[in-house]
Amino acid sequence: MIPVEVSSVKKSYGDVKAVDGVSFSVNEGEVFALLGPNGAGKTTLIEILEGLRKRDEGTVKVLSLDPWENGYVLHRRIGVIPQDFTFFDKANPREAVKYYADLFGVSVDADEILREVVLEDSAGVLFENLSGGQKQKMGLALSLVNSAELLFLDEPTTGLDPNARRAIWDVIRGLRSKGKTVILTTHYLDEAEQLSDRVAIMNHGRIVAMGSSDEIIEAHGSGERLEVHGTEELAAYVKANTKLKVKYNGKGLISIAISQEHDALAALTAIEESGLEWHDLHTRRDSLDDVFVKLVSGRIDEKGEIRVENIGDNSHDQRRG
Amino acid sequence: MVSVRRIMSDLRLFGRGYLRNAAGLFFGLIFPVILILIFGAIFSSGFSGTITLYVQNQDDDQVSTSFVDALNHTGTINTVLVSSSENFSQYLSAHSASDGIIIPAGFSAKYIAGEPVNVTVYGNPSQSSSAIISGTVMGVVNGFNLKRYGGLPIIGVTQTTAQAQVTKYIDFLVPGLVGFSILVSPMFSLVNISSEYKRTKLFKQLSLTPLTKIEWLASKVLFYILLSVASFLLMVAVGVFAFGAHIVLSLWLIPFLILGPMLFASLGMLVGTVSKSTETASVVGNIITFPMMFLAGTFFPISLMPTYLQHFAHVLPLFYIIDGLNGVMIYSNYAQAAIDLVVVTVITIVFFVAAVRLFKWRED
Repeated sequence: MIPVEVSSVKKSYGDVKAVDGVSFSVNEGEVFALLGPNGAGKTTLIEILEGLRKRDEGTVKVLSLDPWENGYVLHRRIGVIPQDFTFFDKANPREAVKYYADLFGVSVDADEILREVVLEDSAGVLFENLSGGQKQKMGLALSLVNSAELLFLDEPTTGLDPNARRAIWDVIRGLRSKGKTVILTTHYLDEAEQLSDRVAIMNHGRIVAMGSSDEIIEAHGSGERLEVHGTEELAAYVKANTKLKVKYNGKGLISIAISQEHDALAALTAIEESGLEWHDLHTRRDSLDDVFVKLVSGRIDEKGEIRVENIGDNSHDQRRG
Repeated sequence: MVSVRRIMSDLRLFGRGYLRNAAGLFFGLIFPVILILIFGAIFSSGFSGTITLYVQNQDDDQVSTSFVDALNHTGTINTVLVSSSENFSQYLSAHSASDGIIIPAGFSAKYIAGEPVNVTVYGNPSQSSSAIISGTVMGVVNGFNLKRYGGLPIIGVTQTTAQAQVTKYIDFLVPGLVGFSILVSPMFSLVNISSEYKRTKLFKQLSLTPLTKIEWLASKVLFYILLSVASFLLMVAVGVFAFGAHIVLSLWLIPFLILGPMLFASLGMLVGTVSKSTETASVVGNIITFPMMFLAGTFFPISLMPTYLQHFAHVLPLFYIIDGLNGVMIYSNYAQAAIDLVVVTVITIVFFVAAVRLFKWRED
């Protein structure tokens, strides 16, 4: 069975097309990441899949059910952490797990579940006194109570410090190794890259690229290139004496596109022949970052989050210079 | 469809959270008791039905002394003697008092001799206490005049009251404040949590579990019924043991203690649900709650209010609860209580159904 099948889903709020014709499917046992900047439509889409929002158009099957029409049945079979997970301030994680177990009509070992998300040491601490990372772990614990095969994690690490993020990642990796299917949204590139088997990059309500990191880089990246530090003169020499695409970034870095093996030889020969100074020669491929920036015309800030500025105007994009 | 297990589980979690919250506990249980203690103390001892009357007895002889005794025995007046050396009107203003009487020197001698003599009564015409005093003094004066000539009274007066027991202020205060606590705790709490859970998306989260919104509301209603019963018992105990309130406990109280919290939990839910923000919800909640807190017969019987306010009280749902509680606890008037109960039942059903209907777990 294919756990999630989505076809041509649309959802608008007034003039804003939050989700604008999205199709994809998620396979059993895979971790699937919806990656995109804030406002790309990730949460709207994942909430449509969870049955929390009604779609305007398209078809959605989650565990073969229509999530909006059969939400009550579906919710017994999926686990969810909504964005900004919150709980009753005056309850502790152990009580929360027992509460969920009662609601789902299952009997669980609360301490066992808390161990699984590495929260057993804070099992008796009131929710209001937990740290951001611990709260998020409690959310994960609750999503495990009903032994769901399919989990939805909406921005599970947003706002957490690097250690807390890594701790959550470990838990998610653990879930994957147990064969659970996980759909997560994130605006952290490294998170998508680290955790997921496949990534769908969303921008302005659409999926602009989908596949494994390698597949996306292959399809949307600029391929392999030779980078060498030298002068503009050197760049001009190579360009004039080969048929290769040469770019100079204005700060001493020359980038030469390599599509066949002898392109590299031709480039090296030209560099040597020029008699000009050069150093730090290496080959480089586009990373997911590069592709991502290209696709969503944004940039990645110092925290690793994607920022989109001046949509539709790429000239401000410093990473592409 | 409705699962008792889920309701009880939600009730446990909510109840435990409530007990861990000192503020909630204070307003739910302690605050109404404090109100009983304060209002009970003010009106039970201070306002005991007797009026203080300052007496300057310049005569200080046999007849004038028995005249003062007679005033004291009316049961309306409590006399305080003022030394003859004081300037009486200055003494009254120094004691912020307006009621007094001067018995002139030679009063006893003139009385015995059958010569006319005047007592001077000080009073403030705008105060009802002054009218009571001058009436009482006239009564005693007439008695003395009659006695002087050996006359016998023709018309006698037998006093009695409609109730077997005399109704005191505390007897009204206990049911009134029971109504107060039935109103305040569930109302404020549900207004707050229903708008707050909407804001923090906690409702959305709960919608992802098998808990239904009726189950959620049912557990809140159950909790506030338990809290109201606890608060009821506490207030009755304080009223009876601290102030000697005369209260009838009957099975008729049970439907009021069940429907009351259900009514106001539903109303609070309704306000929180239809309000767009937490701030709006709290303003709307206050606008609905405050008139009821004071005008529905909580702190004093509504018969003391002007007619237009009495009419207004009849549109307040709490009025029917307190009226019913008064009917049961003070007058044992079950016909009145039955009518109130019907009204309360109808309002409760309307609010509960509306709250469940309009309250949404998830948005479109």
